[in-house]
This record gives sequence, structure tokens and C-alpha cells, in this order.
Amino acid sequence: MNSGDTAWVLVCAALVMLMTPGLALFYGGMVRSRGVLNMLMMSLGSLGLVGVLWVIYGYSGAFGSDLGGVGLLGSPAEFFGMSRFVGQESLSGSIPTFAFAAFQAMFAILTVALISGAIADRARFGPWMLFAGLWATLVYFPVAHWVFAFDETNAAGEVTAVGGWIANRLAAIDFAGGTAVHINAGAAALALVLVLGPRTGWPRETGKPHNLPLVVLGAGLLWFGWFGFNAGSALTAGTTAAIVFVNTLVGAGAAMLAWMLVERIRHGKPTTLGAVSGIIAGLVAITPACSAVTPMGAIAVGIIAGAVCALAVELKYRLRYDDSLDVIGVHLVGGLVGTLLVGLFASESAPAGVAGLFYGGGFDQLWRQAVGAVAVLAYSLVLSLGIAWVVRSTIGFRLDPADEDTGIDETEHAESGYHFGDARNTVRGSRSTEHGSIEALEGSVR
Amino acid sequence: MKLVTAVVQQAKVDEVRDALTALGIRGMTIADVQGYGRQQGHTEIYRGAEYKVDVVDKTRVEVLVNDADADDVLQAVVSAARSGRVGDGKVWVTPVESVVRVRTGETGEQAV
Repeated sequence: MNSGDTAWVLVCAALVMLMTPGLALFYGGMVRSRGVLNMLMMSLGSLGLVGVLWVIYGYSGAFGSDLGGVGLLGSPAEFFGMSRFVGQESLSGSIPTFAFAAFQAMFAILTVALISGAIADRARFGPWMLFAGLWATLVYFPVAHWVFAFDETNAAGEVTAVGGWIANRLAAIDFAGGTAVHINAGAAALALVLVLGPRTGWPRETGKPHNLPLVVLGAGLLWFGWFGFNAGSALTAGTTAAIVFVNTLVGAGAAMLAWMLVERIRHGKPTTLGAVSGIIAGLVAITPACSAVTPMGAIAVGIIAGAVCALAVELKYRLRYDDSLDVIGVHLVGGLVGTLLVGLFASESAPAGVAGLFYGGGFDQLWRQAVGAVAVLAYSLVLSLGIAWVVRSTIGFRLDPADEDTGIDETEHAESGYHFGDARNTVRGSRSTEHGSIEALEGSVR
Repeated sequence: MKLVTAVVQQAKVDEVRDALTALGIRGMTIADVQGYGRQQGHTEIYRGAEYKVDVVDKTRVEVLVNDADADDVLQAVVSAARSGRVGDGKVWVTPVESVVRVRTGETGEQAV
């Protein structure tokens, strides 16, 4: 065990954990004010639920012994509850298995939370939680196995444990989750948008972002956490983590500049929401590529991702689908851009050691990237459509249209996010608990 | 007694207040309000989607005055609030039947 690597990965796991509350604020600021709490709650729900499922059987499904040796799924029962690692020094590379499992748990949580941005203001909370649990189980855990479970080999180079097919047989490069996280979540978002339909009154009456400073705060937390997401994926504290860190910085920065430039040309002004959207688009695209490109390559990836995503988010109005907070336009499109650009901009001098088309490597890596991206997209889209359809036809998925008008915070959570200048806050209504009215309780204290 | 109500540009509130203070007016009620008149709204852009915002922010100032002071107060507000551009707002005067000062119970012009 290497204590430096262990410390780094544990810290990175905590950084990635912060991305989910960060995402909650990023999304929460973008909806109208009477839906802010539900937006936060969908991310918080994932934080609780997926973390628990991960420990019970998710880690085992993703990183347990491959069932049948075909690279599709780990054995969910093998490390059930993770009890087998307790009381012994079980290692994953140079770090404890628990450190690796904790780090990967945060990826599962964040990926599920990412999907929620597509269905703002119209999904009942219970069905969302059911969808989240089923989706993590049937889509994320297997896909994480495909992409993140590498073959284990002994000193003689023989394979002792088979990993996922995309990581090993296909050898597509996805360093930190362009396919498993972003294409995966983006395709699920597309499925939910198709099954749930648009918000009532969309696009004319669904409102604009109610709190952009909240969005910027969320984006800041996301970028901060993303250094853990990408540089932590090195799983060692060394050169690879360091170059990945720099690539994560410039990829996001270049994408922000590109998005603002596209806005300046098309709409006359660079906007705050555009700037932070560019940051996220760049982070998404550099995620699969950050170990395979030079910093100059990362800038190129960022510029392309920022410009492409800035154009992609406007397509929903033409295609008539209400991807409320652009999970498809940013995460699916950005994930595809980043995953495919590995095939063009990969440099042999970068840690991954593979040459893309522009660096003399021909088309070999490009087709591997394309197959990996399309496979995850298709699997996630089909399974997500199925899960969403089952949820809709059993317990129902959508909020009642009248409740949509009232506001989802009030009808699903019995709260409201803001009380500034609100007469309802000044004028005291009758308050009660299940033990009786508050006034009566105060009387009994006196 | 009269109630002078003015809806003015937000940026003119301090000038209106200074002008009324100079006339000896000791209190007023101020509120942020939204509405629309002849002034055009503006366009906001969020991820390429353009939202036309027709309703503009204004400030409403309300002052209770004695009958004799109403014209002076009206004129003071108008000259303080005027920039000459569309959107300077409106001022109007309405009769008030009765006024009571809550603390003392004084009524009528004593209470203004």
C-alpha cells in the first residue's frame, strides 16, 4: 500500500462527493423559484440512495469477478455489502479497496444526479427515486464495469481477473467517464424527456433561471470537484494526476471562451449562464481525454466542445423536446465530442501513450472511441426508456398538471425555497405538529 | 387630506426624497413595483433562448399631505423625477377621507 496514493484518492473521493451538492445548486438556480427545492432534492436523493446501493451490491456489480468472462457485468453477490474487505488489507492497485470503492461510489452518485436536470418541475419525487435506484442497478453498475474495470494480470502478464469489454477488449480510452458518466447520463436524460414529455406550457411559460449566482456557485463547486474526478482517476499521486489536472484546467477554460464567443456572434452578448455552461461542457469533454492529450490538445478539445455544445443547446427548440437544463446538449453531446476527439488529438507522449489521427496514429483509436461511445449511448437509451416506461405505467411518473402550476416544491415537498418580501411569512398562520398546535405546546411549557 | 402617489424611475428616488424633505415632508412609504407603460421592456438571453421582458422595475412613493401642500408636493415630485425620457413615470393625487396616527390616536390633519 502506498500512503501518498491512498491519501490522494481519499481526498479526491471527498472532492467528487462535493460535485453532487454543487450540481444541485447549479441545476437549482436554473429552474423557476417554485421548483428550486425539488431540483436540489433529486440530487440529494441520489447522494443517499446510490451511495447505499453502491455499498450493498453496486461495487460488486461493477468491480466483482466478471460473469462468464465476457466483460459485461461483475458478480453482484461476490462483494455483497463489502464485508469481505473488512479486517484485512485488501488492495486495489497501490491503495486500499475501500479507498477505490469510495472514489468510484461518488461517480455512480453524480451520474444518476446528472440525469435529473432534464426533467425539471414535472417528475414526482417517489417515482424519480425508484427510477434512480433501477437505473443505477441496471445501467450504471454494468456500464461502469465495461469502462472502468481493467483486467488484472500477474507478474507473467497472464490475465488473472477479467474486466470490462470496453476497457480491455475494445481498448477505447475513457479516462474518467466520458462514456460511463456523461454519454450514459445524457442518453438517460433523452429517454426521460421522451417518456415524460415537456413541462406544461413549455417553452413559452416555463420561466427563466431564477438565480444565476446560485448557478455560478454550483459551477464553481463542480469545477473544484472535477479536479478530483479527473486527476483522482489516475489512482496514484504522481505525474499522470498532475498533467490530467492541468488538462482539466485548460479544457474547461478554453470551452468557456468558445461558448462566450459563439454567444457574442449569435446573440450579441456573452452571458453568465453561457460562461458557466461552457465550463461544464469543457469539463465533460476533457473527462475521457485528459490522460490522452497534451495541454495544447486539451485546449483544442475544450474549444471544440464549448462551440459545439453552445450550438447544441439551441436544438431542443427546433426538435421540440423539453430537455429542461440541457443534460443532452451538454453531457451527451459534450461526452460524445470528448470521447471521439481522443481518436483525433491523442498524443503518444501523454500518459495513455496512444496516438490519434492528428498525431500519426491513423484511424485505429478513432473507431474504438466511436464503438465505445455508441455502445454506451444505445444501451443506456434503450434500458432507460424501458425503466421509465415501467415506472410510468406502474406508479406513474408525472406530476398532476394542476400541481405543476402550484409549484412542485409545495406539492411534493411541502416547503418553499424563498420567503423574501413575502406577506405569507409575516402573517402567521396556524402552526401545528402531530402533538397539537404550536401555541398549545408553548402554553404547556409556560 | 390628499394622498400623493408617484411611480418613478428607481434611480430618481433619492432626488424625489430630497425634494420632499426640503418642503418639510417628514415621512413617506416607498415600494419596489413592476409594471409597464409606454416604455419598451428589454430582452434577456439564456442559452440562446431570448425572453422578452415587458414589465419594468419602478419605485412607488406614497405621501400623505394636507390639502394646502398637495400642489407643492406634486410639483416637487414631478420636477425631481423628470429625466425627459420615456419611462419617467406618473404622479397622481387622490382625496383621503380620514387619517389616524396609531400611537396617539390623533385624527385628520393633525395626524398627517
